[in-house]
Amino acid sequence: MPDDVILDIQDLNVWYGGIHAVKGINILIKRGEIVTLIGANGAGKSSTIRSIAGLIRGYKGYIGYRNRAGEMLRLNNRQPENMVKMGIALSPEGRRILPHLTVEENLFLGAYTRTDTVEIDNDIDYVYELFPRLKERRLQKGGTLSGGEQQMLAVGRALMSRPDLLMLDEPSLGLAPMLVAEVFGIIREINRQGKTILLVEQNAFAALSIADKAYVLEVGTITIEGAGAELLQDPRVKEAYLGG
Amino acid sequence: MSLNMFIQNFFNALGLGALYGLIAVGYTMVYGILRLINFAHGDIFMLGAYFVFFATIQFKLPWGVGVVIAIIGATVVGLLVDRIAYRPLRAAPRISALISAIGVSFFLENLAVVVFTGMPRAVIQPDWLVSPIKMSEEVSLIPLALIVPFVSFALIGALLWIVYKTKPGLAMRSISHDIETTRLMGVSVDRIIALTFALGSALAALAGIMWALRYPRVEPFMGIFPGFKAFIAAVFGGIGSIPGAMIGGLTLGFVEIMSIAFFPNMSGYKDAFAFILLIVILLVKPTGLMGERMEEKI
Repeated sequence: MPDDVILDIQDLNVWYGGIHAVKGINILIKRGEIVTLIGANGAGKSSTIRSIAGLIRGYKGYIGYRNRAGEMLRLNNRQPENMVKMGIALSPEGRRILPHLTVEENLFLGAYTRTDTVEIDNDIDYVYELFPRLKERRLQKGGTLSGGEQQMLAVGRALMSRPDLLMLDEPSLGLAPMLVAEVFGIIREINRQGKTILLVEQNAFAALSIADKAYVLEVGTITIEGAGAELLQDPRVKEAYLGG
Repeated sequence: MSLNMFIQNFFNALGLGALYGLIAVGYTMVYGILRLINFAHGDIFMLGAYFVFFATIQFKLPWGVGVVIAIIGATVVGLLVDRIAYRPLRAAPRISALISAIGVSFFLENLAVVVFTGMPRAVIQPDWLVSPIKMSEEVSLIPLALIVPFVSFALIGALLWIVYKTKPGLAMRSISHDIETTRLMGVSVDRIIALTFALGSALAALAGIMWALRYPRVEPFMGIFPGFKAFIAAVFGGIGSIPGAMIGGLTLGFVEIMSIAFFPNMSGYKDAFAFILLIVILLVKPTGLMGERMEEKI
C-alpha cells in the first residue's frame, strides 16, 4: 500500500438494525485529499463513516488507517474513544453539540485527550479565526446557537483534537444555502492547511465542488467513483443528484 | 421560643440539612449520568459510619486515620457496586439496573448484619466536639454543631469545583447529555462513571461519619431513612442538579427540625413531613426546584 494512503477500506459490509446497509464497498483516501461519499438517505453513507469511527461494530471487511508514525493499523472493532488519540475525529450527523455546555466548553471537550494546555488555547484561537461568530458567542450555551453556528461549533470541536483525518457527517444538514457555501468554504480552507477530510453528504453539488475524489453510494453499493469535478459533469450524477 | 432554643434548633437543622444534601448529591450525580437511582447509596453511608466506628473505637486509631480509612473503604465498595452490579447492565433496559440497585441495597444491609451483627453500637464522641462553648450570655453551642455544616459546605464547594472547573468534570457534564458524542471526544465513559461513583461514595462516607458523631451509634439499617430523605431532597431540588440537592437537603432539614420545634406534639409525624414535601413538589413542579426537563433516553 503506497505511503500516502491514510485510509483503506476493503470489502466493507455493515448490517444495521437487521438491514444489510453496506454491501462490500472499497474506499481509498490519500493524505491531503477531500474525499466525499454522496448518496440518498439510507444509501449507507452514515453506516460507513460510523463504522470507521467505531460507533458501529461487528461489521465485516477491512478498515486500515495509517497513523502519524506511518504504521498501517487495522481499525476493526476498536472503541470510539480510542480513535481520537490515533488522529481520527468525527463531527457526527445532526451536529450533536452539547447544548448545556458553553461554546468554549464544547471546544475544550474536543481537546479532551490532549494535555498541551498552551497549544489547546492556540487551537481555540485558531477555531475562532475560522469561525469568528463562535468567538462572539464563546460563553453562550451551545443550545442557544443557530443551526449554522452549531455546525461551525461541531466542525471546530472536531478540529480541537488535531486530527489527521477529519470526518464530517452531513455538515450541510438543515443549513440555508448561503450558510452551506460558507461552511464548505471553510472545510476547503481546513483542507488547504493540510487536513485530510472524509465528507459524507446528501448535498451532492456542494460536496462535489470541493472534493478531490468522490464515491456515489446507492443502497449499499458504490455505483460511480471518480474525481469530484468529473462527477459534477457526469450525466448519471447530474440526473440523480443534481436535479438534471 | 427563647433565643437560645432557636439558635440550637437552627444549627441542628443546618447540620441535618447539610448531611441530607451531602448524601443527596451522590444520588443526583449518578442519576444525572446514568438515569439510575442508586438505592445502595444509603448503605454506602452506613458503611462509612461503620468503618470509622471500627477504626477509632474498636482499633483505637486516631480519628483522622479513621476518617481516611472510612472514605477509602466506602469508595472501594462504591466502585465495586458499579463494576459488579451496574456496569454489566449498561446496555440493558433501565429497569434492570434499578432492580439490581435494590438487590445491592438489601445485600449490603444484610451483609452488615452478618459481619457487624444487628446490634446497634455506641460511638464515643471525642470530648472536644461536644463540650459546649459559650457564644454569649444565654447561647452556647457545641463545636460539632458548627463543624458539620461547615465541613459539608466546604465539601460541596470542592465538588462543584471538580464538576465545573476540571476536565473530568467537563466529561461528566457531557456524558449526562450525550454518551455517544462524549465517547467520540476520546472520553472513556466507564472511567468517568467510576469517578462519579467514587466521589458520591466518598461524600456519603463523610456524611455517615458526621451522622455517627451527631447521633452517636451505628447499626446496619441506619442508612435507609437518611437515604430515603436524601433521595427526596435530590428530587425536591431537581434531580441532576448539585446545588439543587443541597437546597433540597437544607429544606428538608429545616422542615423536619423546625416543625418539631414549633409543634412539639407533632414529633411523631417527623418523617412524614419529608414525604409530604415530596408529594407536593411532584404535583407542583415535577422537575424539582432547579431541575431541567430530562428527556427519556431511548
